[in-house]
Amino acid sequence: MGHLIELKDLYKIYQMGDSEVRALDGVSLTIDRGEFVAIVGQSGSGKSTAMNIIGCLDVPTSGSYHLNGIDVSTMDDDQQAEIRNKMLGFIFQQYNLIPKLNVLENVELPLLYAGLPNADRRDAAMEALHRVGLADKYKHLPSQLSGGQQQRVSIARALAGAPSVILADEPTGALDSRTGREVLGFLQKLNHEGNTVVLITHDNSIAVKAQRIVRLQDGHIIYDGDSSDPAAVVQPNEDAEDTDVGFGDQEEKAVMP
Amino acid sequence: MNFTQSFRLAIKSLLTSKMRALLTMLGIIIGVAAVIVIISLGNGMQDMLDSQFEKLGSNLIQVQIMGRGGDASSRSISPDDMYALVDKYPQYLSGVSPYVNAQAAVRCGTEDYDQTSVYGCSENFVNVGTATVASGRFLQYIDVERLQNVCVIGSYLNQAAFKGDGLGKTIQITGSPYTVIGILEENGDSTEGSDDDCLYIPYTNAARLNGTSHVNFYLFSATDRNAAATAKGIIENRLLKTFQDSDVYMVVTAAEMMDAMNTMMNTMMTVLVAIAAISLLVGGIGIMNIMLVSVTERTREIGIRKSLGAKRRDIRGQFIIEAGTTSAIGGMLGIGLGVLLAIAAGGVIGNMMGEGFSAHPTITAVGVAFGVSVGIGILFGYLPANKASKLNPIDALRYD
Repeated sequence: MGHLIELKDLYKIYQMGDSEVRALDGVSLTIDRGEFVAIVGQSGSGKSTAMNIIGCLDVPTSGSYHLNGIDVSTMDDDQQAEIRNKMLGFIFQQYNLIPKLNVLENVELPLLYAGLPNADRRDAAMEALHRVGLADKYKHLPSQLSGGQQQRVSIARALAGAPSVILADEPTGALDSRTGREVLGFLQKLNHEGNTVVLITHDNSIAVKAQRIVRLQDGHIIYDGDSSDPAAVVQPNEDAEDTDVGFGDQEEKAVMP
Repeated sequence: MNFTQSFRLAIKSLLTSKMRALLTMLGIIIGVAAVIVIISLGNGMQDMLDSQFEKLGSNLIQVQIMGRGGDASSRSISPDDMYALVDKYPQYLSGVSPYVNAQAAVRCGTEDYDQTSVYGCSENFVNVGTATVASGRFLQYIDVERLQNVCVIGSYLNQAAFKGDGLGKTIQITGSPYTVIGILEENGDSTEGSDDDCLYIPYTNAARLNGTSHVNFYLFSATDRNAAATAKGIIENRLLKTFQDSDVYMVVTAAEMMDAMNTMMNTMMTVLVAIAAISLLVGGIGIMNIMLVSVTERTREIGIRKSLGAKRRDIRGQFIIEAGTTSAIGGMLGIGLGVLLAIAAGGVIGNMMGEGFSAHPTITAVGVAFGVSVGIGILFGYLPANKASKLNPIDALRYD
């Protein structure tokens, strides 16, 4: 069996008027099953672009991306939707629950699009809610839950479809430090249970919870190694902020724990 | 795509903003209600016309002579010519009577009866028309032949002028005293100006009252409904033989009159329904407008759904179902409103006309109205839904 995620020579180039912006400038990266990887970088480093491509929300300008051995870099909208549905589970900074649906319906959504019959869908969703300890709140609306609980619902939603990769984009960004730690602990637990977790963050203190850190700057990988290595948390030159690429700047809104 | 969830979501979002939902649906509601009212009233009219024709007799053939053809004043048709025609074709024609609308003033004691219609006819009229004698007798050959001053009166006159005991009494018609020899059965509701407010005298007397010696109007009866067309041809041939000009007379069967009325009614209804349908179109545009707003408002939701694996057709389906649900509910409200309005309007018209008039929609009309409103929702929901389905998930997720 090959690697779970295999990025080869990935470029993502945006045309901004006359100038060309290289959000990803030749990135190659492999992630294996069962890994817990943090992709770290400052604003404009290209980590959001990387996350979008890994999450099959976007396609690279050039280069190849194999997920589970399937080339997903040239897929169209609907094919990508199917890959997202079957292989990926997203956890977002803003939870991204649908406010009009109750907790159970939210968790059921990916299964709904997978075409599961009613009863199976309900069972799988309830089981995922059990795993995050919110089974008793399945009838609540997201607005009736705390931020930490909402994030756990979104984790349940990511788990419900038994994806190959759990992709967490600044999952603690909107939480206070205590709930943030809880959520991170949960991701570690999922990883111990054998799930592959990819965490995207700008925050070293969060990144070190992963086993492996991949640091991006200006579209290049400048570090890739074990999180226990002191070099992993060395902040590159602070001026990196000035070369703002202008894409994928969700992290600017992040609240530093 | 899961239909039930989309449907429930649609109901939910309609319920969370009731005012907006109502305004969105208003165009559809008004359009559907208007169509239902128009169709209901049309049906009521149709029924009324049908029953009136039924009363008149569906075998009836009216003959009207308007002139003489050219300048040959010698050309004329007499009642005897018409009787001869009936005798010659008994398989098609069962009877004929002259039918003269007399210009006469009816007076009984000191009371004038201005509304009363005075007709002149022959003894055959009872076989041709639908009048039936309740008491006494109808006119007879001898009355017609000798211009006797006798008359048969409708039930209204009998009640109003003679308190129900008119037989043998005298009534003044344009100054001459006429003896009441018969009273007709009630045909309508025995009120002034109704079918029962009438009086029959020998046509010879009626022609004299009108100051003419010609009879220009006849009522034939065909042996049955199917023979009417052939009978009409026979009468026309006879008239053409005399007048040499088909423009001076008119032969119309009851069926033709009914057809002509129906055609007119249908044309009128089609025009009215088409006008009402414009409101449906406007309603559809209203739905499209609100759906476009809704797509923008829910960009983030669309992004979330797409990130979880919703395909284009899933998103499109969701918004189309929502638009269809909105217009379907609008359609149902419109049908309800339309039926209520039709019942109310039918009651008012019924009171005005003093007859049994009931406005009622047909199941087909309700079904079509409902179907059209759902169709409009789907049609006008398609554009916004398609727009939603094409949103880029990254942009949609980042949308606030």
